[in-house]
Amino acid sequence: MSLDFKFAPDDFGGFFRDETFRETFTYTNSNPRRFPFPFDRDDYMYSVNMEPHVPGRPGTVFEHVFDVDEHYVAEMIDRAKVLAEDPLRCQSLPHMTLAGWDVLELIMEAKARDYPQWFSLTKDGNRWHWVNRPLGIEQSFTFLDESTLPYPPFEYIMRQTQGDWTLQDDREGTLWMDAGIATSQADWSVDFDVGMNFMEWHAPVPLAHEKGVFDRALKFLLKLQHGSPVRRFNWTMTVNPLLDTAPETYPKWGPMKASITPENLGAKQHLRVELQSLYRLPRSNAIAFDIRCYLCSFDQIVTVPKWARRLHRVVRDLPDELATYKGFIRNRPAMVEWLAKHDDGTPTSPGWWPDD
Amino acid sequence: MKVELTPIDAPSIKSRPVYAPLEPRPGKLHVIVADDAGADAVNDMLTKATNRSEILAGAHVMYCPGPTGTDGTAKLEALGAAQFFRAPTIPALLPRLVRVLLDAHMGTQFYLAGSESLIGQAEREIMNTGFPFASIQKEQRGSTLRRVQCVHCKGITENVATDPFRCSHCGLSLFVRDHYSRRMAAFQGVNIDAEDPGLVPESVVRFK
Repeated sequence: MSLDFKFAPDDFGGFFRDETFRETFTYTNSNPRRFPFPFDRDDYMYSVNMEPHVPGRPGTVFEHVFDVDEHYVAEMIDRAKVLAEDPLRCQSLPHMTLAGWDVLELIMEAKARDYPQWFSLTKDGNRWHWVNRPLGIEQSFTFLDESTLPYPPFEYIMRQTQGDWTLQDDREGTLWMDAGIATSQADWSVDFDVGMNFMEWHAPVPLAHEKGVFDRALKFLLKLQHGSPVRRFNWTMTVNPLLDTAPETYPKWGPMKASITPENLGAKQHLRVELQSLYRLPRSNAIAFDIRCYLCSFDQIVTVPKWARRLHRVVRDLPDELATYKGFIRNRPAMVEWLAKHDDGTPTSPGWWPDD
Repeated sequence: MKVELTPIDAPSIKSRPVYAPLEPRPGKLHVIVADDAGADAVNDMLTKATNRSEILAGAHVMYCPGPTGTDGTAKLEALGAAQFFRAPTIPALLPRLVRVLLDAHMGTQFYLAGSESLIGQAEREIMNTGFPFASIQKEQRGSTLRRVQCVHCKGITENVATDPFRCSHCGLSLFVRDHYSRRMAAFQGVNIDAEDPGLVPESVVRFK
C-alpha cells in the first residue's frame, strides 16, 4: 500500500497552485496580503507571546483551525519527495501511536468541518471513511487499528497536512518530543531531537533561556486543556522559497545564501514565518505542536507599505545573536540597504494588519 | 546556521546533561557503570555511604579504561563488590549491561561515572528498558572527548578532540554544536563550510 496523489492543476478551478520549492522555485503568493506578517511593532525580541488559537478574520490564515491554502497540494508533493529521500524525517517512538491517532482525528474532523468541498469524514462506529479530494485520496479504515492504513496513523495524516509537527508526551513534569515530522523546518533535525525534553530541544536558542522564556512557556503548556488550543509566531529568513531547510541537507542549500546580490535580493530573499499552534490531545494526553511555514519574498512584502517600513526597522535593529541564530547575519547588511529604500520613516500603526 | 564556538568553560548549555556527584542511595541492586576517572567518583560515593557494605553486597560494577588510557581497574576490583567486570572498551561493556538490565527490577539504582560517551551510551540502554530517569545518577570525570553525530551522514565519530574536525564517515568538516541528544548519546556535528565550500577555520583542541 502507498499513498499516490492524483492531482491535476486545473482541478478545483485552478485554486491549488502547480509550483515548486526546489530547483525552479516557482513558488509565489497570489495575494501577498494574505501572508501572516509576524511583527506587531517596529522591533522584535523573544517572548512567549501565546494567544488562544480561535477562528479569526475571514479570508486570512486565521479563518480556520488549519489553514488549507493555494500551496497545499504543492507542499504535499514536496513533502513526499523529502520523505522518499530521507525517511528519518518522520519518526514516532513506539509509545506515541495513540497520540498519532489523536492527531489524525483532530485534523480529519477539522478539515471535513471547515472545508467540506475538499474533505469529508464519515463514521460508522470505528469504521471511518476519509476523502481528500485535492490529493485524490479515498480511504476506508478502522480507527485505532494500524493495519487498516497504508502508513502508521501519524505519518498517514502528516503526508496530507501542511506544517511540520511534533507530538509531545507529558510526563515527569515536562514535555518529551517523542514523535515528529519535519520537511519544512527552519534548521532543526527531527532525527537528532526526537526523545528530547522541552529544555533540551530548545537548548541552542540564544538569549531566551536567560530571559526565562522557556520556563514560562513550559509552565503554560503543561496546563494546556483539550479544546483550547493556543498559537504564537516565530520567524526567520530563507534565500529562495525553499521549504526544506534541514540541517541534514545544509551542504546542499547553504551555498544559496551566498547567491544574494542587490539586484536579485527582492525576489530571492524570503521572510519565513512559522504560525505555531498547540493542541492537547484527548486520549494520549500528549500535546500536538504544529509549525506551519509561510514564505513571502521581500518584493511581495513591500507591496504593503506598513510592512515594508516595519520589516526594515526590525531587521536593522535585531541583536546580532538573533541574526546569527536565525542564520542571516551574512546577508543582513544587504537586506537593510535594500529595505531602507522602502522605508520613508513614517510612524507605523500598532498590530500586524495592513493599514487599508 | 553560523559557526559559534562556545568556550569549553562557558556556562553549561541546556541540552547538556546535568552532572552532579554520585550519592549513595538505598536499593537492592546497585548497577555501577564507569570508565576512565569515573572509578574515583565511585570510590568517593562509597566513602560517603553509611550503608557501604549493603551497597557493595548488591553491587554489579562494570568498568573499562578511559579514551586516554586512564585505568582505575585495580581500585574498583579491590572494593569487593558482589560482581565486578572489566571490559577493554565501551562497546565491549554494553552487551553485559543490556543482559543485566533484563533481570533488574524497578527500584534498582544506577550509578554512571566517567566520560560523557560512557555515561550517554549506558543511560540510553537503561532508558530503553523503561527505567525512570530519576533512578539514574551521572557524574562526569576525566576525559571530555566528545562523541559526535554528523547531522548529514548520521555517522558517529568517537573521541573528538578538535573543533572543527573531519567526520570519520563522510569526510565533511564539522563543527561541534553544543546540542546533545540522549537518544544518540552524542553531540551534533554540522558542516562548517557549507556556505563557503573550502573555507575551513583552523582546528583548535577543545576537548581532552
